[in-house]
Amino acid sequence: MPEHPASVEAVAQGLRQVGYLPGESTALVSFLAAKLGKPVLVEGPAGVGKTELAKALSRYLKRTLVRLQCYEGLDEAKALYEWNYRKQLLRIQTESEGAGWQEVQEDIFSEEFLLPRPLMSAIAAQEPVVLLIDEIDKTDQEFEAMLLELLSDFQISIPELGRIEARTLPVVLLTSNNTRELTEALKRRCLYLWLDYPALEHELEIVRLHSPELDQTVAQRLVEIVQEVRELDLKKPPSIAESIDWARALLLLGAEEINAATFRETMSVIVKHRTDLDTVAERVGVKLADVTPAA
Amino acid sequence: MSPPPRKANLFGGTREQRPGAFDSKLLAFAEDLRSEGVAIGTSELLDAFEALGHVHWTAQTEFREALAATLAKSQEDRRIFELVFERFFFRAAEAEASRRGVAESHTGGEATQIDLDTLREQIALALRDGSDASLRDLARLAISAFAGGEGSGVLGVDVQRIRRALGLRTEPQLGLPEDDPRRQGIPREQLRRFEQHLRRELERDLIERTASLPPKRPLTELDRALPTGPIQDLAAVHRVVAQLKRRLATQGHELRGRKRHAHVDFRRTMRASLETGGVPIALKYRPQRPRRPEIFVLCDVSTSVTSASTFFLSVLHALHDAFRKLRSFVFIERISEVTEVFERERDFPAASQAVSRDAGVADVSGYTDYGRVWMEFLALIEDELHPRATVIVLGDARTNGRPPREDAFAAITAKAGRTFWLNPEPRLYWNYGDSVISAYERHCTAFECWRTDQLEEFVKALTAPVTA
Repeated sequence: MPEHPASVEAVAQGLRQVGYLPGESTALVSFLAAKLGKPVLVEGPAGVGKTELAKALSRYLKRTLVRLQCYEGLDEAKALYEWNYRKQLLRIQTESEGAGWQEVQEDIFSEEFLLPRPLMSAIAAQEPVVLLIDEIDKTDQEFEAMLLELLSDFQISIPELGRIEARTLPVVLLTSNNTRELTEALKRRCLYLWLDYPALEHELEIVRLHSPELDQTVAQRLVEIVQEVRELDLKKPPSIAESIDWARALLLLGAEEINAATFRETMSVIVKHRTDLDTVAERVGVKLADVTPAA
Repeated sequence: MSPPPRKANLFGGTREQRPGAFDSKLLAFAEDLRSEGVAIGTSELLDAFEALGHVHWTAQTEFREALAATLAKSQEDRRIFELVFERFFFRAAEAEASRRGVAESHTGGEATQIDLDTLREQIALALRDGSDASLRDLARLAISAFAGGEGSGVLGVDVQRIRRALGLRTEPQLGLPEDDPRRQGIPREQLRRFEQHLRRELERDLIERTASLPPKRPLTELDRALPTGPIQDLAAVHRVVAQLKRRLATQGHELRGRKRHAHVDFRRTMRASLETGGVPIALKYRPQRPRRPEIFVLCDVSTSVTSASTFFLSVLHALHDAFRKLRSFVFIERISEVTEVFERERDFPAASQAVSRDAGVADVSGYTDYGRVWMEFLALIEDELHPRATVIVLGDARTNGRPPREDAFAAITAKAGRTFWLNPEPRLYWNYGDSVISAYERHCTAFECWRTDQLEEFVKALTAPVTA
């Protein structure tokens, strides 16, 4: 039975239970999205849990997740619907005798011959779903324009068939890495949520949630180091996903503390560029070596 | 000790339904946001009202976040939103309080009994543990203890005086006892927060004393400007530049619609027509490649643009990442090529150090000599300039009274395809004093560039496809 959140606290609580620790605005905006039936535009640096939020929402609301991964050149045939022309051909061939043109034409443009793609299956579903449109900034502006009808009225116009209206209202999340400015028209239809790197305590909580076996002090140190590394000027600062990976790596290695040696070995988990590696080793690694003998 | 929640008066206490006057307050708030340049349409406002129907709008965070999610649709807007929100509701609450004659209970009597050292320590502790409510109370105490009632009348001065009196500094103070949080120095962020509290409380005092609201202070450009000052955070510049890099990397790939296939590739069309017996049925188009121009960048690194030059150098660094055919020069009195430095050093701090170390800009007086720079640039590069080349000048066009030699500059722009000028000064100051930007502007496209959005404007112009 799909959940109907009653308050912001309920959403925060629910998301926690399915393993996602929301910030205060995250819970609030999710709540509003469910209440108002408005899509949410989620922006923020890579790896802060934008996609994860959608997954968590689908788990919490007990709805299926329909995901549309955007890329350059994505068009409506891949996102909305397509006519199943093979089936249409078969239909015409099996009934080529007898049936009049009008009859066949009406027949082959019916829902039976429609191949639903993610967006259409999201609004045509019997049970309400969570629709995730991932990395919307990767698509062309035309595609954005095409989304407008869907996002504001939850309907799709098919020239041959007419308007298909949503049976149920999905919760829609759009994520963007901000590589290009989205159009005003799209923004206007969405609630806006900016996800940033979490504060120290919040991130510690997240790491603890994902690898509870990790020693408390190690986890604390780990998060401190990651936060420190983020302060540096890196090509790709480590995200939450990387802290979690690092915690798992340390757990596998059975590390009991983070000293210069373990840091050097496992550094590549959180830093993904060769030049960044040098910078981090220079700035953070050296400090660790100083600290460890004293500890 | 905690003061009565005065905001509740304005918002109608704990009642859940909105008081009628509130709608107009919210409209005024939206108007305020609009006047600061946030585009808010009617649909956004309707959303905001609807959203407020679903949250406990007496809870401040929920109220603010709900408004922010519906009204501010980008990170920049969000920043302006925070500033305006703070200003608007503080003023609204004060105006209401002043009208109804509500005043904070003065804690003057209490302060004399408090040992000043204890107060210092308490504040330092509260800063570390970071509870806003207790900070606010402590700020009030500090004001009554140190400001001595009247104060100087200038808020900024008072704030700094109190901060110094409390011994709150960012640098470590080793003379203090072990367990004092001030020993290691107080993080800048926390200090700023406390100063904000002080400022607000001082402002509140002022309003209560004079029983009138001071005129609204509009957001200065600086509040939302690109941080270029030497004291401001370099990291913020880098964030902007990192985004610029991503944009540069994706720009030009998004040609669409009719522009995508502009020219018929005649040869391939004829070739394809062989399939159909010589009838050109399928037209073949020439793919339009994004323009990857050859770029020459001239960057002023003299003292008059000190604050901007770190920013300029990082822009230069970003450009080097995005364009392969790029040659860069720095200049003060004379010119010196730094292309190699930037290509060798992929790391920004190392690169900027290397530039200042071995660029060897002949720097006798430290004053820019644009005329001479143009002549040297022409002599060096003249033969390599061609109509597909782009020249970008980063500088303030302040010649220190030396001849601007716009004829030499004109010769450069005539040879190059496009010339852009990025000026780190607001347009207001152009052509004042020794600035001769207008002489150069005749020959190139000049941008003022001291805010993020201006930089983006420039990037758009730079990467715009040129159908040639």
